[in-house]
Amino acid sequence: MGPGRASAEPLELALYARDAGVAVGRADAVCFPTSGDDVAAAVRVARRHGRPFVARGSGTGLAGGATPLDGPVVIVTTQMNRVLEIDAEARVAWVEPGVLNLDLSRAVGHLGLHYAPDPSSQQACTIGGNVGTNAGGPHCLSDGVTSAHVLAVDVVLADGTEARLGGLEPDSPGYDLRGCFVGSEGTMGIATRIAVRLTSDPPRVATMLCAFDSVEAAAATVSGVIAAGVLPAALEMMDARITQAVEDFVGAGYPRDAQAVLLAEVDGLEHGVAAHVDAISTVARANGATLVRVAADAAERALLWKGRKSAFGAIARIAPDYYLHDAVVPRTKLVDVLRRVYEIADAHDLIVMNVFHAGDGNLHPLLVFDRRDPGIWDRVYAAGTEILDACLDAGGVLTGEHGVGIEKRDLMPRMFSPDDLDAQARLRDAFDPDGVANPRKVLPRGSRCGELQRAPEGTWI
Amino acid sequence: MNGAPAPTRKPDVRVVAPVGARTHWEVGGRPPEGAVEVGAPAGVVTYEPNDMTITVGAGTTFDELDRVLAEKGQECALDPRSRASTVGGTLACGLSGLRRLRHGPVRDHVLEVRFETGDGKLVKGGGPTVKNVTGYDLPRLFVGSLGTIGVLQQATLRCRPRFPSAQWFAGDAADRYRPSARLWDGKQETVLFEGVSADVQEQGRGLTPVAGPPALPEGAHRGRISVAPGRVRACTAALGDDIRWCAELGVGTVHVATDDPSALLRARAVAHGHGGWMLREAGGPPDDDGYGCALPNAALMQRVKDAFDPDGLLNPGRLPLGHTVQP
Repeated sequence: MGPGRASAEPLELALYARDAGVAVGRADAVCFPTSGDDVAAAVRVARRHGRPFVARGSGTGLAGGATPLDGPVVIVTTQMNRVLEIDAEARVAWVEPGVLNLDLSRAVGHLGLHYAPDPSSQQACTIGGNVGTNAGGPHCLSDGVTSAHVLAVDVVLADGTEARLGGLEPDSPGYDLRGCFVGSEGTMGIATRIAVRLTSDPPRVATMLCAFDSVEAAAATVSGVIAAGVLPAALEMMDARITQAVEDFVGAGYPRDAQAVLLAEVDGLEHGVAAHVDAISTVARANGATLVRVAADAAERALLWKGRKSAFGAIARIAPDYYLHDAVVPRTKLVDVLRRVYEIADAHDLIVMNVFHAGDGNLHPLLVFDRRDPGIWDRVYAAGTEILDACLDAGGVLTGEHGVGIEKRDLMPRMFSPDDLDAQARLRDAFDPDGVANPRKVLPRGSRCGELQRAPEGTWI
Repeated sequence: MNGAPAPTRKPDVRVVAPVGARTHWEVGGRPPEGAVEVGAPAGVVTYEPNDMTITVGAGTTFDELDRVLAEKGQECALDPRSRASTVGGTLACGLSGLRRLRHGPVRDHVLEVRFETGDGKLVKGGGPTVKNVTGYDLPRLFVGSLGTIGVLQQATLRCRPRFPSAQWFAGDAADRYRPSARLWDGKQETVLFEGVSADVQEQGRGLTPVAGPPALPEGAHRGRISVAPGRVRACTAALGDDIRWCAELGVGTVHVATDDPSALLRARAVAHGHGGWMLREAGGPPDDDGYGCALPNAALMQRVKDAFDPDGLLNPGRLPLGHTVQP
């Protein structure tokens, strides 16, 4: 690795001690490879010194997946940011892991193509990080999350060797190691080149704004749209507090007096889009919508989306900190679970704001607060845990797109039995027998059969 | 794994072959001689149409699944070659259907799996919701594992609304927006559009409506070639007259069939020559059930296999890691 590409300076170590989650760890060294060979070299050096390693993109992850534990070498892939190859006819691009999500769509936009997964952080997050967490986004409702869009990954495995998982052919021989790797949060190795599927831009797009007098009416509309046999490209919901904050922040044209707004997008061919717009309008009006508006042009569409994608930034106008969960519930349970979320926040005297991927039941309840308030973290964690419990009780799951990381690691036994966790641990061990790739993430202590169950040593602040 | 001996087993323990409807019975090699055949329960466990998810016993046939979903105007585009195939068999074989171009591969339809491992543990992976990244992706690992890491008991599948209209056409559809399938048999392209009727008719403008897709090639010796989509035409041009074939354009799957086992091996060599490979679906020379080339990442895959089947009880000899694989 070239000069200046590795560092153990205290300032740099401090910078890479956390991601966008709340946990803080400690790195012993940080390096900035520019090639797959550099990554392999970094892994081998780490191993020679008996150190684990942690892959990191832009550090936008919210679950602490890139937080360095056990004094690892942090391998930052942001200097590996080239789009290597675009095959417009086959609709495939090879990219390095540090390419920013939105930069990829921009690079192929002139070809009438885009990269479908679009996390809210898409201006900042990397494709490599997206692969690590199996990231989602509003438009994953119809097209699926990252795993459905990754064809092949060149990886450096935990022993420093390189391998290609998957391929450009539709099925690769043997087990689907590509499928295992995507979403493994850096615990199975580091991606150095990624082949992604590109999606054709739809000929027609309609973006709709629907406003409601109650959260229940908006949630019932979501269920009603799905029940009507419509699978929109995106179906997002925002409650009153977040809608007002967004309006103050970017002026997206959302009605300030609504208790909830839905942002629905349908795409495809002319007649299908028109039919789905009609169906969504009908369901929304039947649920008492106070406003149903279809964006007139691309500029209005972009503004409606700007509001949604600026939501997390807008929260700073309410309180300096927020804590965000990512549970998914069956779509039919949305109304009940949302009611519970507000009750739980009230009981802990906290403000909760809801802005989320309603179409696939992926909640993002945001607890907003000021960390300088004494005892506030205890209340935030207590409320967060109760919210997750409510989601699991409704038949939901812990995380829809952010990943487990550290944040939900110790909650895994709420969803999985000891045998389930043991199976996952064995799969992880098959990739990384010595446990050096992003140690102590995803699986709680005691996941392996016969492993002593001990209280987790957290790095929580 | 190449050249590796079959794992040693306790003499009183018999090997296990998961069994569904036997419609994919020879995919990736025949099940081991003398194996205990283990089936799975059939029937719908839960179906909530408004969640667009369905949980079924692995022994449920696709026909039954499709019938239950159709009652609510939905479908799950697993599309196995035979409607008698079970969900478990379809997932274990990982063979995607003809509408993969639009609907995605089998692995993208599976939300949760429950399977029994080689050491007798009932393991759940994935989750019941349409979106989930909690823990490692055991559902995708299971798809295509050919009964070598577990016996599937139950699966939760993603469904979607059935399209109101669907029509096959003959003609070149390279410039049309998101067809559901494009098939090419060397003479003619056949394309499927799904959507609302007016869109389907517009999509088909300039093409000739036809009753359905061409029949997939039949024969005692069948296989499925997998090449990068851009290599399909060159690959099929090299197959020769004694191999019947039908290619999925835009996907990269080529269905091949022949009456001559050695021709199937030649098809496999053609696939290799175009940077791909071939999975044998039926027949073929009895002494050759492998890929005909070194399996990439074989050591890692063996460790994965051992993680779920430490004693090698599940379908020994069958791919993905058949012990007669020759480099």
